[in-house]
Amino acid sequence: MKNRTYFKLNGHRVVLDSGPQETLLEALRNRLGVKSPKCGCDRGDCGTCTVMIDGRTCRSCLVLAVEVDGREVTTLEGLMADGELTPLQKVFLDHNSFQCGFCAPGMILSATELLQRNSVPSEEQIKQAIAGNLCRCTGYQPIIDAIKECVKNSAKTDPSLIPSPKRRRESPGRRK
Amino acid sequence: MVFLVSWVPYKSTYIGVVMPILYEFEYHKPATVKEALRLLVKYKKPAVLAGGTDLVNELKEELAHPDAVIDIKGIRVLRSISFKDNRLTIGAIATFTEMIESRVVHAKFPVIAEVAKTVGSMGVRNRATMAGNVCSAVACADSAPLLAAYEAQVVVQGTKGKRKISAAQWFKGNRRTDLKKGELVTAIEFPLPAKQHGGCFVKLGRYSGEDLAQASVLVLALPENQYRIAFGSVAPIPLRAGIIESLLNGKTLSNELIEQATGLVPEIISPITDIRASKEYRLHMCQVMLGRGVTAAVERLGGGGPAYGTSLI
Repeated sequence: MKNRTYFKLNGHRVVLDSGPQETLLEALRNRLGVKSPKCGCDRGDCGTCTVMIDGRTCRSCLVLAVEVDGREVTTLEGLMADGELTPLQKVFLDHNSFQCGFCAPGMILSATELLQRNSVPSEEQIKQAIAGNLCRCTGYQPIIDAIKECVKNSAKTDPSLIPSPKRRRESPGRRK
Repeated sequence: MVFLVSWVPYKSTYIGVVMPILYEFEYHKPATVKEALRLLVKYKKPAVLAGGTDLVNELKEELAHPDAVIDIKGIRVLRSISFKDNRLTIGAIATFTEMIESRVVHAKFPVIAEVAKTVGSMGVRNRATMAGNVCSAVACADSAPLLAAYEAQVVVQGTKGKRKISAAQWFKGNRRTDLKKGELVTAIEFPLPAKQHGGCFVKLGRYSGEDLAQASVLVLALPENQYRIAFGSVAPIPLRAGIIESLLNGKTLSNELIEQATGLVPEIISPITDIRASKEYRLHMCQVMLGRGVTAAVERLGGGGPAYGTSLI
């Protein structure tokens, strides 16, 4: 049985026919060509598959593609407006926060969500926010430093770094 | 001589590749409880999908074999967190993040927010629900001692009507609950134990951040030196520590009293050794955690103590 799912992916409307077995991660990577969510543990522990649904990060390996019907999915690709890096991405670059980069999309999305909810987080809050994103290269310190730097910079200019996606209510699913 | 070579296509051979769900099922997203109940009766082995953080894993690992997955996230009425008649009702699709951000939870039941903060990671809390947590009913469920200590009730709707199941009745064993075929959990109700109460949840993990509990203790301190204590992750179901409660009840907390209380811990729990911890370690740490938890709960009742959400271990 195929289900038809309508949703917004990084601002574009997408119509997806998929079996209910397909996870959002599979659909994004294999069929929609969005490669920033990675498959690490495939069971919700490592955070490399992180995407945002209606502005909230979640594990795309634990979400069925049919579940996002009527919702707005944002991946790392969707954060960049016209190919410009976000201030958060820039500080990650400045601090050389990655070695292999596998955890980067998830880290940046988790940090983005944190800064959207709390523009001046403490170091403890930063650590809590990225606790679900595993990095095996850096030891986390350059990542935490980068987020702290971004907090410092944004306090000087504009706290709202990224336009927050509109929160939508769940709508009953449409089925074919 | 013949060598038999058997090749077992384990899924673990696909390391680094998305593990597909091989099991076939239908997907439905009802908009009302009534429609959901109709679907639950219609199918032989339906599975209810709320946050999906447990169910999707079970589907991948082929632990669950449903013929239909019923997504209840379309039923809006189940999203609410409300406080009425001294009862807090947490809807079946309210996420842990929504509990953390709820004002009424912070004002009346700060321990619920404290428990919610320890569940998984942010990406999991944004999806996972307490109803899902108690329906999975794994031994290390963080919500389980919470329900036991608050004497919460699980509200279940069936085609024949509604019933409320107490926490003591709800948990039947590891991954076993009192839920019957054709029934849907619609909410969890927490009665306010007293006008004022302090509480503390101490969760032991291998590292801070996201991890399953090796052991957990939940303490509620009520006025006039009344206590409620529950242990999690040290038995298939959450355990209320009745004998410790009756030892402490009515007495002012002192170091000697705490020592007596922690001495009773081995009589209540008998943890097992598994991949996460040995039974000796669990037992010892439960005593430490109980001492710190009781102290913090009493301090919080008096308006002081460590802020809710502070790790005590």
